[in-house]
Amino acid sequence: MSGISTTQFSKYSAKVAKSRATSEPVWVRWALISTTLLFLSLFLFMPLAAVFTEALRKGFDTYISALADADALSSMKLTVIAALIAVPLNLVFGVAAAWAIAKFEFKGKSILITLIDLPFAVSPVIAGLIYVLIFGLQGWFGQWLSDHDLKVIFAIPGIVLATIFVTFPFVARELIPLMQAQGKDEEEAALVLGASGWQILWRITLPNIKWGLLYGVILTNARAMGEFGAVSVVSGHIRGLTNTMPLHVEILYNEYNYAAAFAVASVLALLALVTLVLKSIVEWHAARSARATEQN
Amino acid sequence: MAKKHNNVLPGFNLSLGFTIFYLSLIVLIPLSAAFIKTSSLNFHEFWVAVASPRVVASYKLTFGASLIGALINGVFGLLTAWVLTRYTFPGKRIIDALVDLPFALPTAVAGIALTAIYAPNGWIGSLLAPHGIKVAFTPIGVVIALTFIGLPFVVRTVQPVLEDLEAETEEAAASLGANRWQTFSKIIFPAIAPALLTGFSLAFARAIGEYGSVIFIAGNMPMVSEITPLIIITKLEQYDYAGATAVAVVMLVISFLLLLAINGLQWWSSRRNAAAI
Repeated sequence: MSGISTTQFSKYSAKVAKSRATSEPVWVRWALISTTLLFLSLFLFMPLAAVFTEALRKGFDTYISALADADALSSMKLTVIAALIAVPLNLVFGVAAAWAIAKFEFKGKSILITLIDLPFAVSPVIAGLIYVLIFGLQGWFGQWLSDHDLKVIFAIPGIVLATIFVTFPFVARELIPLMQAQGKDEEEAALVLGASGWQILWRITLPNIKWGLLYGVILTNARAMGEFGAVSVVSGHIRGLTNTMPLHVEILYNEYNYAAAFAVASVLALLALVTLVLKSIVEWHAARSARATEQN
Repeated sequence: MAKKHNNVLPGFNLSLGFTIFYLSLIVLIPLSAAFIKTSSLNFHEFWVAVASPRVVASYKLTFGASLIGALINGVFGLLTAWVLTRYTFPGKRIIDALVDLPFALPTAVAGIALTAIYAPNGWIGSLLAPHGIKVAFTPIGVVIALTFIGLPFVVRTVQPVLEDLEAETEEAAASLGANRWQTFSKIIFPAIAPALLTGFSLAFARAIGEYGSVIFIAGNMPMVSEITPLIIITKLEQYDYAGATAVAVVMLVISFLLLLAINGLQWWSSRRNAAAI
């Protein structure tokens, strides 16, 4: 007698047949996986490893002193300030834009959505350039600003503006499809029960979109802290004053101070890794809450 | 606003008003400045600024390298998406999360890291140097950087489509006698082709404007490895604002056309998918 019953056997053979019909032979599978891993090693894992290897090449003490340098610290401070202004502003904009687009019908809606996407299509260098044309010394308001002793370009306001521009669509893009999918039944029910507009926003809409919102904020923050091209045009590269972290990396690198450049870069790389971890956590929660809604 | 009467929710005027105000202030008015500045040039000045040999060489490099980078991503992005959705292997979840690294890693960091690897004394550069292959500080370096920054686009547009593909159609194809390659080329590939094309165009559009990751590895030699965004910066540093803006307008127009094409593609593919269901 064989160890397996007929039904078990037929199940087993059915499984084998299925896997042969709708999957690839083992050697093909492993060839595809290895090719993918080789490609990703060349383009993803190696650059990441290189940042940390180069940063620690001259020892841990050099690494720490590069990070504790006064100019490095002030560049970190400026990067955080720019993100702290850009992220909340684009967050408020994202919620407002998604509310108007997802909850109401109006003419020109698809044009509005395309216009919101526009900053993604614009080269970061051009994003910096347009603010120079407006606020620079020879720009529209240049004379007026210098008469009043105000500086936008080659100063912090310009850096903040450029950062807002390049991170403009992230929150809105995340929220618009999410709120369109959720519809407006819950908000209408709250209205019937006597809730005011702000109560609906705080008690119904925001709790419903919290994972999408958080996702958008994480992406906005990562881009805001890492932006290089746009900020480079408007910053003026004044050490200790208008240098963000990515710009500080560039200055150190161009001075052949590679260990210090990679030390500051490693902080940004760590930030990127934290971003990826947070993103995965948020995606997991969002998928879970979407499943919970489906079951209800 | 005419349709407001059949919607009882409040806040339409406020939210749309703020959206349009903020959009105009941050994006539309500043972008219009580029077009207004360019209109101060006469046609001859404009043509000299945007069609001098050095600028034309930069267009060729920018568009050529972006196209090659996007093609590499089309092939390997499809492969990565396929492997991540169809197969299981150790470390898959971490690799899946790391695919987004080029979105999260600041471009300047990517630039110096890629340069460190592909420079003649780097991990890969030192392997290639004895064979006379130079990557860093040549146009090949530009392609490498643009491949890196475009990597997530194809994977992330193709992956969800592959996940949603019905197993039944593949089973039906197999039971009708199709071999695996026929099933892939006749059933699976047509279904994912629109997403693949969208991902390809997104990677291409992103690569054209890219600056931070390229300038470190490119070497930036005029006529050879100088990209168009760098031309804009160089002109700005020489206080040639009108010239910089004229080149910027050329790039803007091309980017807008690409954005329209991508939106059209997405509309077409969503309609195609809806029709299939």
